[in-house]
Amino acid sequence: MCLGVPGRVLEVRGPVAIVDFWGVKRETRLDVVDEPVEAGDWILNHVGYAIRKIPASEVGETLALYEQLLQESGIDLMSADVRSELEATAPSGSGDA
Amino acid sequence: MPSPLTGVATDLKFRDPAKARELSAAVVRLCADIGRDPITLMHVCGSHEQAIAKYGLRSNFPPALDVIMGPGCPVCVTDLPEVDEAVALAEQGVRVVTYGDMLRVPGTARSLLEAQADGGAVDVIYSASQAVDLAWAHPGQEVVFFATGFETTAVATAALALRPELPPNLSILSAHKYILPAMEIVAQMPATRVEGFLAAGHAATITGWGLFEPFVERYRLPVVVAGFEPLDILAGLVKLLELVRDGRAEVANAFPRCVTREGNRNAQEQLWRVFETVGGIWRGIAHIPDGNLRLREEFAGLDARRRFTIDLAHFGTDAPAALTQQCICGTIMAGSASPFDCALFGKECLPDMPVGACMVSSEGTCRIWHTYGGRPKL
Amino acid sequence: MSVSDGDARRTALQAHEDRVLMKHGAGGRAMRRLIEETLAAGFADMAVDGIGLSAFDDGAAIRVGDQWLVVTTDSHVVKPVFFPGGDIGRLSVAGTVNDLAMMGATEPLGLTCAVILEEGYLRSDLEKVHRSMLEAALEAGAPIVTGDTKVMGRGEIDGIVLNTTGVAMTRHVVSDAGLRPGDRIILTGTVGDHGIALMAARRGFGLDADLRSDVAPLNSLIRAAMAAAAGGITAMKDPTRGGVASALHEMAQKAGVGILVREELVPIRDVVRATAEILGLDPLHIANEGKAVIGVAAESADAVLAALRAHPLGADAAIVGECVTEHPRKVVLDTGFGRRLLAEPEGEPLPRIC
Repeated sequence: MCLGVPGRVLEVRGPVAIVDFWGVKRETRLDVVDEPVEAGDWILNHVGYAIRKIPASEVGETLALYEQLLQESGIDLMSADVRSELEATAPSGSGDA
Repeated sequence: MPSPLTGVATDLKFRDPAKARELSAAVVRLCADIGRDPITLMHVCGSHEQAIAKYGLRSNFPPALDVIMGPGCPVCVTDLPEVDEAVALAEQGVRVVTYGDMLRVPGTARSLLEAQADGGAVDVIYSASQAVDLAWAHPGQEVVFFATGFETTAVATAALALRPELPPNLSILSAHKYILPAMEIVAQMPATRVEGFLAAGHAATITGWGLFEPFVERYRLPVVVAGFEPLDILAGLVKLLELVRDGRAEVANAFPRCVTREGNRNAQEQLWRVFETVGGIWRGIAHIPDGNLRLREEFAGLDARRRFTIDLAHFGTDAPAALTQQCICGTIMAGSASPFDCALFGKECLPDMPVGACMVSSEGTCRIWHTYGGRPKL
Repeated sequence: MSVSDGDARRTALQAHEDRVLMKHGAGGRAMRRLIEETLAAGFADMAVDGIGLSAFDDGAAIRVGDQWLVVTTDSHVVKPVFFPGGDIGRLSVAGTVNDLAMMGATEPLGLTCAVILEEGYLRSDLEKVHRSMLEAALEAGAPIVTGDTKVMGRGEIDGIVLNTTGVAMTRHVVSDAGLRPGDRIILTGTVGDHGIALMAARRGFGLDADLRSDVAPLNSLIRAAMAAAAGGITAMKDPTRGGVASALHEMAQKAGVGILVREELVPIRDVVRATAEILGLDPLHIANEGKAVIGVAAESADAVLAALRAHPLGADAAIVGECVTEHPRKVVLDTGFGRRLLAEPEGEPLPRIC
């Protein structure tokens, strides 16, 4: 329901931060974010307001969650033929970006 | 190089197709474990639907899994009279500023886009702040910010309302919605087949996932908070299916990089200082108690409904109210009716002139059925 | 509820249908329907030896001896008139030259230019527009050979409207309806540049980014592609309003084939992708003014691609998909995560918050 875009803070000017979103710079208001924000921080932007400072440690936590989910759901026990079938239907290119 | 986005998304690997295939396989496996057909899950977020559609995730769901779109698109559920108010203001010579989503949504007779074509001053903004900028830039004109969206977006409106200095010609027409009461309505529907909810990660960023604990307690349905990258959504579904399989009515957080238990307290504090909940009709769905957010009494000076006499009489009789009573979006969303069961479908209710939310949204069930004659097989 | 409630709605619906709206000019389904029902009625049935109005192609092709006379016309209104990467002058020449090129006519004999100006229009702005037209005409080798100028009262027209008509001869007409199963789909470069640059310039969303329109005459690029294809090009279209999605839809529907596009192969500049991401837009829905969608027989695809890439305007060209017998008349996008129908955009793309 709400388009949120993560960006990296370049500069803070009072209630406003200049944020880099993959090469596009835009002002983001800091009125509602609940932690101090400084240059170099990642924030989540929604309609021009930072609604969350994204701590680097919790990015790792999300990635770890995927692994945990895959293990818990027993995907590692998936038979080799299912795995190769999935690979075969995959688009070209390696899995890693 | 499969990752479609350079920069942060690549760095964070939330768009890794290989990982997505693994998670999709987990979805398939969990559905097989559960063994029921259908297994109905509901998301309550327009952006979840956008992401599911954008990445084509649905094409990999097993046939037994039905991920349906709940009343989670705040624009789609904005009721006709609310749109009419904004259109009427534009016709009265007021400059109406709003988010792009709102422009094509029709009221009783027309949309803001059509009011604009007729010479009405309607501006699309990206940020709530631009409403303030536009009001300063047009000191001789009344500027109304037609504010739409769920609590995530309402927070920005609240922050704006709390600024110490605002242009005197700016006011707010709130059509903001609050999502939790709508989830309760769905959970209470006697015919509901929904076995679990995927909750919106950005709304929960504000409210915290703890908000869902009483809901889970009361309705014994699991809720998983999920983000919006393809891996976030798949991970959320895997977690939700696990809870369904194990019969555990719990809240789980699959979006920990943004969502905490208590949420953003600063934002909550501002939100509830400015807004209070009030009951209202959600387009084609139901009257949702506490589903709308209106400005509190102390912000009456900013409230467009108090500052202007908005003339809705010329839009005709109470026709829309009657039509929306006939609309069965609510039951279609709950998965217990199809668009063909609706008397309005394809007649009074069309993509150009939708009555209910399911026809407004480009991913709404009725819109898709009208365009493609059903959900197409790819 | 009373019977009159439904009547009120129907009256509203009728009023809605009685008027021309902005969506009727946006290049989508609404526009096609309006033209079919009004402007093209009658004319579409008049016999033309070649491609006429009923084909709804980029232009007409009329047989003259053993060759084809290709004619196309285009009116240009753009806000703002001067935008990053070009202006209405460059747009008016490139647009018409490209429409000719899309029909296989890459050597324009001449263009006409009609100008309608609003009283009070700055002479210096007109001179600027003229310089751009001249520059683009030289680039394309397309002289402007006749014209017309009108001035209207203040408020009767918004600044400047330009119309250009182009004529050219060709021995090999390419339509936008000729795709066959197995054909490859080539994009001649990055998508979305023009529309995104204009949206950012027009609406001022406070975005600071290096966004530039791609507006350019493509005839020399298309000439190179046609030479390399040795007759293998089956269809061409320039993805202007409605973007690549709209162009592919039209090509699939006219030819009765399905098109499968692999999203990861679609060339998009990073800054365009980022802006689209921020504004919630799909780059495939965004207008281009210097790109072509080319359908080419599989055996000629590599040669065409190489010829395109050797040209400065085709450096980012890519094979992005193919025509299939499955899902006829539909365009399916393989996202790398799954498949979806590529929706045809309705009206001008608007940024969204949800």
